[in-house]
Amino acid sequence: MMPARLMQGNEACAEGALAAGLSFYAGYPITPSTEITEILSRKLPARGGRFIQMEDEIASMAAVIGASLTGAKALTATSGPGFSLKQENIGFAALAEVPCVIINVQRLGPSTGVATAPAQGDVMQAKWGTHGDHPVIVLSPASVKECFMLTVRSFNLAERFRVPVIMLLDEVVGHMRERVELPAVGELNIINRRKPEVEPHRYVPYRAGDDKVPPMACFGEGYRYHVTGLIHDENGFATEKPDAVQSHLKRLQDKILLHHSEIVDSEQVNTGEAEVVLIAYGSTARSAARAVRLAGEEGLKVGLFRPISIWPFPEQQLKELARKKVKFIVAEMNFGQLALDIERLVGGLCPVHRLNQVNGELIKPGTILEKIREVY
Amino acid sequence: MAQSWEVRLSGSGGQGLILAGIILAEAGILDGQNVVQTQSYGPAARGGASKAEVIISPGDIDYPKVLACDVLLALNQESCIKYSGDLKNNSVTIVDSSLVKHIPPVAGKIYPLPITKTAREEVGRELVANVVALGALVGLTGVVSREAITNALMARVPRGTEELNAKALEVGFKMAAEARNSQKNVQQVS
Repeated sequence: MMPARLMQGNEACAEGALAAGLSFYAGYPITPSTEITEILSRKLPARGGRFIQMEDEIASMAAVIGASLTGAKALTATSGPGFSLKQENIGFAALAEVPCVIINVQRLGPSTGVATAPAQGDVMQAKWGTHGDHPVIVLSPASVKECFMLTVRSFNLAERFRVPVIMLLDEVVGHMRERVELPAVGELNIINRRKPEVEPHRYVPYRAGDDKVPPMACFGEGYRYHVTGLIHDENGFATEKPDAVQSHLKRLQDKILLHHSEIVDSEQVNTGEAEVVLIAYGSTARSAARAVRLAGEEGLKVGLFRPISIWPFPEQQLKELARKKVKFIVAEMNFGQLALDIERLVGGLCPVHRLNQVNGELIKPGTILEKIREVY
Repeated sequence: MAQSWEVRLSGSGGQGLILAGIILAEAGILDGQNVVQTQSYGPAARGGASKAEVIISPGDIDYPKVLACDVLLALNQESCIKYSGDLKNNSVTIVDSSLVKHIPPVAGKIYPLPITKTAREEVGRELVANVVALGALVGLTGVVSREAITNALMARVPRGTEELNAKALEVGFKMAAEARNSQKNVQQVS
């Protein structure tokens, strides 16, 4: 464990990336994510890594993909407007199975919106922002320490499953500073991509074993293969054969579905006896935690369910609570994006209430408490 | 158990309030406390009303922002009006009397102190008004120890400015001691 110190959420993301073995960063600075770019512009080259400020976000994402194909652990960070621009290349990374991490520190949109205000409007965009049916992994930290830990985990998941992993912060979590005690690098579990064990001429780049994740060769190490955004066969060449197309896309789904329990993560506070369970993530979960405490002081039995992996969503954990016939309140800084999926998952087993605030301010505990009193 | 403090430092962009918030939070850590620091600011780098908030507590901190303010520092007129609405009854407000001419009726004790003027005339640099303010704030409230704020400040300031900053903090402490002793400076509002 490192000594206690004051650290900002964005700084913790940068430190987490370095701890995970980051060797390449490309980005274009944008509020409220800029500190990640600034810090890595100093620290990454000092450790022998490459930092490039690209001409825009599209190019940044493309550079990240190229770097990752050579074996680098690659990162970019942005906010809403830049996240929109990166979507096309995020789809390329998903299809070509290129491990990479994208940090989106959410601000109020759409468009330029309110650049310095928190929001959670990119929950659905993180899942569906790029076209075509594809699996994603999206993690949402609620504290500075979690910014560090989940950035490390994002790299591990990206390397393990060969997928783009998205860290979804919000302005409050990104800019908040907290006292943290972080583990030393040696205390962290670091996962690196599995490389082919066959001779280069025997390498079939997109042939996967039972775990559905093909070994990945690094360019520059003697292996040659074709990387394309066209749907491809095991050899990496474009195909339109219906069976090959279906089986490739199905494998992309399966590699996440099969390992659901290895990926999903959530936290529950006080849910044992709860009659009302708040569902919140990111900084909103901090308000909800206070609301749970305030409600308890009034004798109300209220708990908190906090999804840490937003996609895939911790479905089983949610359904177990739903079967206990609690009342859910989903508090979000959007007009009900995650609530939609929660309503679907709960499937009428118990009521799902929504609390939505989209005014550029973090939802206050008192606002959540009022909603608790209303539905209790 | 030590008390929890919700502190708000406010003024205009460029007055060094976020840095003051960071130094105060780091002092809290040196005192062995848990801390959270947040900020709110507009797109402009200068002017307007900006704030930095610090919560210092012996326990875990869930909601990271100030809900009921124990200590308010207001370094300009706009922030004094905008951010004085949620003060506790036993709170302490420090306003820079060199820049704030109209003090709204607020809960708790108010100390109008000539912070910017003193930084300029006694320390020699208006730039260190934020450090003078920190000295006055710590002197009047004890939100962190003097030793902790001194050490936190010295760890943050650029090399070569230690003497200037130490003097600014000392002037702030002195200002607080004088204000405590001089009842005429204190407005007690019920």
